[in-house]
Amino acid sequence: MARRAVPLRAVFGAASAALMLTLTLGTLIAVAMRAEGVSGFGPGDWGAIRFTITQALISAALSVLGAIPVARALARRRFAGRGFVIALLGAPFILPVIVAVLGLVAAFGQNGIINSALQALGLPTVSLYGFHGVILAHVFYNLPLATRLILQGWLAVPGEKMRLAGSLNFAPRDIQRHIEWPMLRETAPGAFLVIFLLCLTSFAVALAVGGGPRATTVELAIYQAFRFDFDLGKAALLALVQFGLCACVGLVAFWIALPQTAMAGLDGVQRRWDADGLALRIQDCAAIGLACLFLIGPMTLVLWGGVPALIDLPGTVWRAAGTSIAIALVSMALTLCLSLSLVMWAEGGGRAGRALGEGIGALALAASPLVMGTGLFILIFPFANPQDLALSVTIAVNAAVSVPFAVRVLAPALRELEASYGALADSLALSGWARLRWLILPRLRRPLGFAAGLSAALSMGDLGVITLFSQQGNETLPLAMYQLMGAYRLDQAAGAALLLVLLSFGLFWAFDRGGRVNADT
Amino acid sequence: MLTLERLRFTRGDYTLNADWSLPRGSRCAVLGPSGGGKSTLLSLIAGFEPPAAGRIWLAGVDITGQSPGARPISTVFQETNLFPHLSVSQNVGLGLTPARLSAAQADAVTDVLRAVELAAFADRKPGALSGGQRARVALARVLLRERPLLLLDEAFSALGPALKNEMFALLESILSQTGATVLMVTHDPEEAALMDQIIVVEGGKAHAPQPAGPILADPPPALAAYLGR
Repeated sequence: MARRAVPLRAVFGAASAALMLTLTLGTLIAVAMRAEGVSGFGPGDWGAIRFTITQALISAALSVLGAIPVARALARRRFAGRGFVIALLGAPFILPVIVAVLGLVAAFGQNGIINSALQALGLPTVSLYGFHGVILAHVFYNLPLATRLILQGWLAVPGEKMRLAGSLNFAPRDIQRHIEWPMLRETAPGAFLVIFLLCLTSFAVALAVGGGPRATTVELAIYQAFRFDFDLGKAALLALVQFGLCACVGLVAFWIALPQTAMAGLDGVQRRWDADGLALRIQDCAAIGLACLFLIGPMTLVLWGGVPALIDLPGTVWRAAGTSIAIALVSMALTLCLSLSLVMWAEGGGRAGRALGEGIGALALAASPLVMGTGLFILIFPFANPQDLALSVTIAVNAAVSVPFAVRVLAPALRELEASYGALADSLALSGWARLRWLILPRLRRPLGFAAGLSAALSMGDLGVITLFSQQGNETLPLAMYQLMGAYRLDQAAGAALLLVLLSFGLFWAFDRGGRVNADT
Repeated sequence: MLTLERLRFTRGDYTLNADWSLPRGSRCAVLGPSGGGKSTLLSLIAGFEPPAAGRIWLAGVDITGQSPGARPISTVFQETNLFPHLSVSQNVGLGLTPARLSAAQADAVTDVLRAVELAAFADRKPGALSGGQRARVALARVLLRERPLLLLDEAFSALGPALKNEMFALLESILSQTGATVLMVTHDPEEAALMDQIIVVEGGKAHAPQPAGPILADPPPALAAYLGR
């Protein structure tokens, strides 16, 4: 396309790219300059690296394996509440990790339902803490995501294929061999990789139920080196290791088809002619039932338990809630500015520009929040007391963490928009602000609202970088809740959890809804 | 006068050449087999595609380097002539300026909407209009912009015969008011017969315009093959 250069787009795009590069690679370099030789690594650090990889492999494998029967059941069964179950499977993405952990404590903890039942039966109890706890929490958190990703694969199987299978009188085993297995070979590795990456960078879960020599992730080790030992050199080395691990996953991702954004509709049901047998019905029913019990049970325990505590939460919790809302809103605004600038810049730059812009947008996936936080600390330290800037740092890091998701939502939407309306807008000389105002903002309202809701909710529920800088008076709500848990005030923690869930989902709902209302399609 | 001076377009193996002039006020159909480059020719003139070589002149000005919106050209596309999120009057008003319309400009928008008998629909969104009404909104914007060259890219091909006739009548009245030159891509010989010149695009070449009557009565071999005669 012979399009006039739009300076505005280039200026904002380059500025956003520079900011993202500073936050991801810049902080990494800042950290690396402080690192002092590998001699800093003790056996505990190697253990952390080993544990990080092992738990991520096991968590991702269990999540994907567990998701397959659930996704298959959802793909071929139509029942009342199916839409609700599928919507529920999308919820963990914006469910604050610390709330999920508290739910697991209520179900599997020392005094949880499961252990009480085991005790009553005279059986040995299980421990939520350590290796098992980290894996359990990760599977709890990622099984729904895996189910949705694999369900997409199932629903993407063309109806003609199933009709052909029906006309050839395929048995379920034949369908598995000829249709489902090839589909899974396409989708499952991508789902595995996404979850592997999420578990690799997991911090809050390890902080809450991990720890100790046998269940410390690299992220947690960075936190401990920074917060307890104030050993910047070691924190820096660990940060490099963490970035290296994520970068390796990123490289593998080039060879594996990554699943598309989860915005696609999952309403369809596959019409099949092979699966009406009673055994298969029972099997599907059990898969869906068990998954729901596993996912809904713990959450119900904690949220229901939180209702009475909600009324007399301590003032610190309410103040923390106010802080968190402010952080969420500002970081959401920053996320939208950054990602919109990046995708507009990328869209204008042809194929190379697209790869560059979206690549920069994805960088934040490899840079862990704690690495960014540590790097910002090092960068800020000569000029100001980083703890005074704790909230600003949290906002910047939260925004950067959300950018990859926002870019993945906005980039295809903008591409489609330019393909449909680009020529018309060009012929009417709409460029710069005019194009933004008349075309892009109104036409991208839905994806913008979705991205805004996503980033606000992610920021609201995040328990990461704030732990590096926290001090009395600047707690966020997830941190306040974690502190209540640490003090074994589980009732109040449940109240805070309920508040946190209401706020996270409320923010997501409000922005997502705002994008949909009166949106003309 | 529109002049394509040794204009050359290449993409991969495909090339398109054109070297001719079209007098001001001409009504010219662009005919040829599909995939032959009819739409590419229009995209070159409109500025959506850059030529590999050659120049485009319009009324004595070299517009080759101008962006699509800066060229004194109005384009009506086959689809997507209106933004669905904007009202009819906003869609038409964008033909003048993306900034706030002055009182005189707003009056002009009302006038052209009246001219296409859609004044009552000024505040509706395109989704609430029929296909024919949407085409009339697009033509209202053409009338408002008064650009000396109008490009129609199969603009009416999705309309039924009655609506098509209506659009040609409206087009006729717009052209008589603005005196614009028209280039119209079509695959329909009957539509082509309504124009007074014909450009045949085939074999990598946009041939020079020729009077419509003779060429349709006695088509050269390539056109005859396309027309099925």
